[in-house]
Formats: sequence, C-alpha cells, structure tokens
Amino acid sequence: MKTKGIVAHLDHVDEFERVPVPKSNWKSWGRFLGMYTGEHTAGTEFVIGPLFVAHGVSAGDLVFGLLLGNLLAVLSWAFLCAPIAVKNRITLYFQLEKIAGSKLTMIYNLVNALMFCFLAGSMIAVSATAIGIPFNMDMPSLTDFYPNSIGWIIAVLAVGSVTTVVTIFGYDKVSSFANIAAPWMILVFIAAAIAVLPELGVHSLSDFWTVAQEKIWTGVPLVGQSKFTFWHIMFFAWFCNMAMHIGMADLSILRYAKKWQYGFASATGMYVGHYIAWLASGILYALFLQESNFSQEFAPGQVAFRAAGVAGAICVIIAGWTTANPTIYRAGLAFQAIRPKWKTWKVTFVVGMITTLASCFPALVMKLLNFVALYGLILMPMGAIILMDVYLLPRLGLRSNYAEVVQSSFNLGAALTWVISLAACFAMNIIFNIEIFFLGLPGWFIAALLFVIFSKLFQKKHELIA
Amino acid sequence: MQLLLKYISFTGLILTIVPSILVFLNIIEIESHKQLMILGTILWFCTSPLWINKKV
Repeated sequence: MKTKGIVAHLDHVDEFERVPVPKSNWKSWGRFLGMYTGEHTAGTEFVIGPLFVAHGVSAGDLVFGLLLGNLLAVLSWAFLCAPIAVKNRITLYFQLEKIAGSKLTMIYNLVNALMFCFLAGSMIAVSATAIGIPFNMDMPSLTDFYPNSIGWIIAVLAVGSVTTVVTIFGYDKVSSFANIAAPWMILVFIAAAIAVLPELGVHSLSDFWTVAQEKIWTGVPLVGQSKFTFWHIMFFAWFCNMAMHIGMADLSILRYAKKWQYGFASATGMYVGHYIAWLASGILYALFLQESNFSQEFAPGQVAFRAAGVAGAICVIIAGWTTANPTIYRAGLAFQAIRPKWKTWKVTFVVGMITTLASCFPALVMKLLNFVALYGLILMPMGAIILMDVYLLPRLGLRSNYAEVVQSSFNLGAALTWVISLAACFAMNIIFNIEIFFLGLPGWFIAALLFVIFSKLFQKKHELIA
Repeated sequence: MQLLLKYISFTGLILTIVPSILVFLNIIEIESHKQLMILGTILWFCTSPLWINKKV
C-alpha cells in the first residue's frame, strides 16, 4: 500500500516534466500563498534567528535589513523567475537541458542533491536538540565542528533513521502533515516570543525597542563569532533562497501560476517565515543567553522548550522533521535523475544515510548561514544563464536553447560560465576577503556576461540546425 | 460535523497564541501558558487532519 503511494507520488512528480503545464492545470493565488508561507516557516528558522543574535547584529540593522532584503527576494521571484516560468511553463531541469544539455543538467542535479543532503542533515540535527531534552543530553556549542558526545550521535542517528524510513514509506503522509503543522508552527513561534518578553524586561509595547537594542540584538557578537551589519542581513535575506528565485529553481513551481504576478505570493513566506519567525526565534535565544550567562551552547530544542514547554520542543522536532523529509526526498529524486533505473527506495535510503552521517557534525547547524549562502551561490550561475538565454541571446542574434538546437548533451559555454563564475567568486573571497554573503551579486553579473561571451564564441563555430 | 471540527481546531490555535498575550499582559503565569499551549496543540492535531487535507 505504502509503496503504491510512493509510486503514485512519483507519477505525480513526473507530471508535465517534459511538456509545458496545460492551462487546465494552472493554479490560483491561494495555492501559492499557502505554499510559500509553509515552505519558509521551517526548521531552519529556529537556527537562523538565533545565529543573527550570536553574530551581534543591532536591532535597527536587523529590522531594516530584513525589510529590504526580503523585499528584494520577493522582487527577484516576481520579476526574474515568475515571468520565465509562465512564459515557458516547463521545469528548471527541462529548461536547463534545452540550454545546457542533458549531461551538464545531470551534473547540476548531482550538486543540487548533495546540497539538499547537507540541508536535510542540519534539520535532523535541529530535531535532535529537542529529542535529547528528556535524556539531559550534552548539547553542541557554537564552536563545535565534530560530535561532542555519544548521546548526540545516538540522538542524531535515531532521528535520521526514522526520518529516512518515513521518507521511504510515507512521504505523502508527511507532506500532508507538514500542511497541517504549518499554521500551528507559525503561532508557536510568535506565542513563544510574546510570552518571554516580560522576562526580558518588556512590559508594554513602548518598552520593546529599548529592550530589543539593549538585550536582544545588542550589536555585540558572542565570543568567536563575526560581527554582522545591516548589509549582512540584507544580503542574507535576499540571497538565502537565491537558488530558488535568481537561480530559477522555482520555475518548476511558478510554471503552474496563471500570471507572472503570482511571484509576489512569495511575500507571505518572506515576511512570515523570514521576518516574524526570525525575529521570534532571536528573542527566544536572547533569553537563553541572558539566563545562561552567554553560554556557547546552541540547542534550538532547549531554547523553544524553555519558552513554550513541551509544545515548543514538539514544534522544533516537527519543524526539523518536515523540512528534512521533503529535502531528502528531493535529493533522492535528483540522484535518481542521474540513473533512472535505480529503485526510488534504494536511492532514498542511501541519501538518508548520507544525510544522517552528515548531521552528526554540529558544524552543519552552527555554520548554517554560510552553508545557505554557499548553496545559493553554487546554483545561481544557472539562473543567470537561463535569464540571458531567454531574454538577451535572441536580441543579439544568437540562438536560445542552444543544446537542443544543435542536439548537444553538453553546452561547453554554459559549463565554462558555471565553473569560471564560481572560481571568480572564490577568488574574490580569498583575495579581497569578500564574505560569502556578498558574492552572489557580483557573481550573477559575471555569470551573465560570461554566458553571453561564450555563446557568441561557441555558437559562431557551429552550423545551426534550422 | 465538519463545522464542529473546524471550531475545535481553531480553538486549538487560539489556545496556542492567546495565553502568550495573557502572559505579556501579566494576567496568567508562563507555566499556565505552556500547559494551555499543549492543550491547543492536542486539539489542533487531533481535529485539523480530519478537514484540512480535504479542503486542499
């Protein structure tokens, strides 16, 4: 029965994989509003908000940085991703295959799948911090890279194994469970933060801003943490989902939209998940720091338990679990695209095991901000390639969908664009000390320029098939 | 029946959020808020699956 469910789900996933979505299957606004809100109120939010506090961002920088960064993210979805999505109505993978060829798309899939594994790993680790509470487990600290106790490894292995098995046998149910949990999770975030405000010294709304500046987002980083400014926050909020908007991964979702304006639906995810939830989890962490005399311990489960009791701990487990589960599933699908004959459950099992092993390393949680930025950065050049291919190449007299036109499985121009633009970003990081959060913007322009140049060079040398 | 389930579910959500406001207003203790939140959580998860996915 369960296996049939997975097969049915896979059939669903395969829907319109290689054809444009027909008009009869276009979706309304409401579906996108709900989807974006649920997708962006997840386990990661329990980590990102506290890490901003740990990095010593000031209250003003956070509030205004998030306001602007999230706005830029929404505009990126609405003006870059959505118009292409509704123009062609095909998945990112099919779009890439037409431009870059099947082999390069396969490499993209592989990289994407690995990134998904690490992201899911960090969520398993977040859930483990809540699972360990009744066992009085030693929690990892901000500077931990390797597992700090046997208890931690056991908790992570237990959560990872259960998550993997559930992904194999009950993905559909977890997916619908995530829909059910979403509105409750958002309220738990908000409620937990409101309830602890008096303990931080906020007794009326007029107290909030003073306490926010003096006790929550103080502008002073914890020992061993770098200092975050307005620009860190703005660029992080803009680029943490770079793979989805500028990187065009959400072509696969927004192709179901009736109009390109549905890209603005992402605002619900940004301003509920990436604004309210980040602020709320930061407030909870500030209380933890105050009570623990600025302990280096970093355990979202304990922080939520302190503020919201058992419901808070359950919220962390569910948030981590419902994020890890579809992520493992997506990673499995991405690996399976490389070898379609592999059994789904076997691929998911292997992916789950890789993810579980990765999650033993607390660094995945402690360095989540850097990892999320890296994830977006690595996949971003493909978004620049798609944008140039759709809009600019035809105006320059060059052919769009070049790999399809010349029936090539590997577009060397696209491959060189990807590699060189990432190498340029790496060089900017090493030589000029530009932090990873800021590399996406120059990297995008480099990728766009390189793809146009390489297209001009390589397309001239080929006899185009009419 | 569906309407009743929805009322119970929304009561669960109200029990999740409202007690925190009461803590902020110094009307109830934080421990009461935690207990009411558990009750709200139970109500939401026991009733919402019976109608929310059908809605979707």
